[in-house]
Amino acid sequence: MNNHMILRVVGKFLIPYIMLFGLYVQFHGDFGPGGGFQAGVIFASAFVIHTLLFGVRETQKIAPEWILKAVSSAGVLLYAGVGVASLFLGANYLDYDVLGAYPVAGQHLGIILVEFGVGLTVASVIMLIFFTFAARGEVDGDVS
Amino acid sequence: MSGLGVWNYLIIIFLMMTGFYMVISSSNLIKKLIGLNVFQTSVFFLYISFGYIEGSAGPVYVEGVDLYSNPLTHVLILTAIVVGVATISVGLALIIRIKESFGTIEEDDLHKMDSSL
Amino acid sequence: MILEQLIDIFLLAFLAIISIAIVRIRDVFSAVMLFGIYSLVSASLFLMLAAADVAFTEAAVGAGISTILMLATLGLTGREKEKMLVKKKISLLPLVIVVVTGATLIYGIVDLPPFGGADNPAQVHVTPRYTQQSMSEIDVPNLVTAVLASYRGFDTLGEVVVIFTAGVGVLLLIGGRRRREEKHADE
Repeated sequence: MNNHMILRVVGKFLIPYIMLFGLYVQFHGDFGPGGGFQAGVIFASAFVIHTLLFGVRETQKIAPEWILKAVSSAGVLLYAGVGVASLFLGANYLDYDVLGAYPVAGQHLGIILVEFGVGLTVASVIMLIFFTFAARGEVDGDVS
Repeated sequence: MSGLGVWNYLIIIFLMMTGFYMVISSSNLIKKLIGLNVFQTSVFFLYISFGYIEGSAGPVYVEGVDLYSNPLTHVLILTAIVVGVATISVGLALIIRIKESFGTIEEDDLHKMDSSL
Repeated sequence: MILEQLIDIFLLAFLAIISIAIVRIRDVFSAVMLFGIYSLVSASLFLMLAAADVAFTEAAVGAGISTILMLATLGLTGREKEKMLVKKKISLLPLVIVVVTGATLIYGIVDLPPFGGADNPAQVHVTPRYTQQSMSEIDVPNLVTAVLASYRGFDTLGEVVVIFTAGVGVLLLIGGRRRREEKHADE
């Protein structure tokens, strides 16, 4: 897609807004439709557009594979860690009531942390999968 | 049951069977996966239909509304969609490996090449 | 109300037509594109059935990510047309299986509870607690988030682990350096 000036310019212009929308969906998920799963996918799709425009090598300079691997594990660990934290505070596994000063505050904190873990894992795994597919084709020619 | 309900469930079963037909009759492996996806989507429709209440609002709390559609089915399907794409990508990765090893993704040709399949 | 039902009916009809088109079309690339349209129409239908979160996810995942993954796979495997089945007589067997299974399932429709009824079995067991008490117990306006992250948090943890495992599986299958050069040398 190297010769399509308009697509490159418009695509590049869209990327920050897609990321911003992803973050909005992530943190507004308590109040409206949205949450970690959707936000992760939307955030990853910004990198998909970048790959389509500039090739997978360029995108992998921004988001190297080792960082994505670390982030995807960190998301699962954050989720499981919230459960362990509530266990140590004397409640059942993933019972958020004890995390805050009073039950509802604990629930709020727990849900935000858990959704953040979900978002991290989903975004990095989708990016990892897409980059793997795209890099596989890079040897023979561009996949886009 | 109302006419809309019958139509709804009929189409769901129709979609399910189209996906099933694609999985068992198509010889191209990518089309098989598309069939699997169509089948999966029809199951999503079935769940969401069970959770739907006529005249209900979406499951976001609003002051003064007391009839919401069932959030439980939505949660099950929401996670199933994302897990679905993850598993489909594993299937696609397998297809790529098959193409690299055998040079084809047509099931009939694969059977000819390897009689043990 | 009547307008909503009309939209429902037409969207369902569209889905049926698109699925027939996917079955009949020989070009795999067109089938993938049609599947993208299919996902988008299903997202609209989810919205009509008052499932905004699900519609959101389906539009982002089904129409976006899975289409692009399938296109990437097509780019790697080559855009081949699906072979015409020479053995026409065998393709009758799947049709018979599908028709018989479908007829059995349609027979099962008769016993289903009415569509959209407020006192269906699905609505009376745990759902009243989710819709009525979650505001005092969890205080999150989006009930789907409340159920997803809190009431059924263990379930969601499992789903996240499944996604993580799928990523690991893809990396194991096609990640890393490929050994095409060596293969060419062998041939």
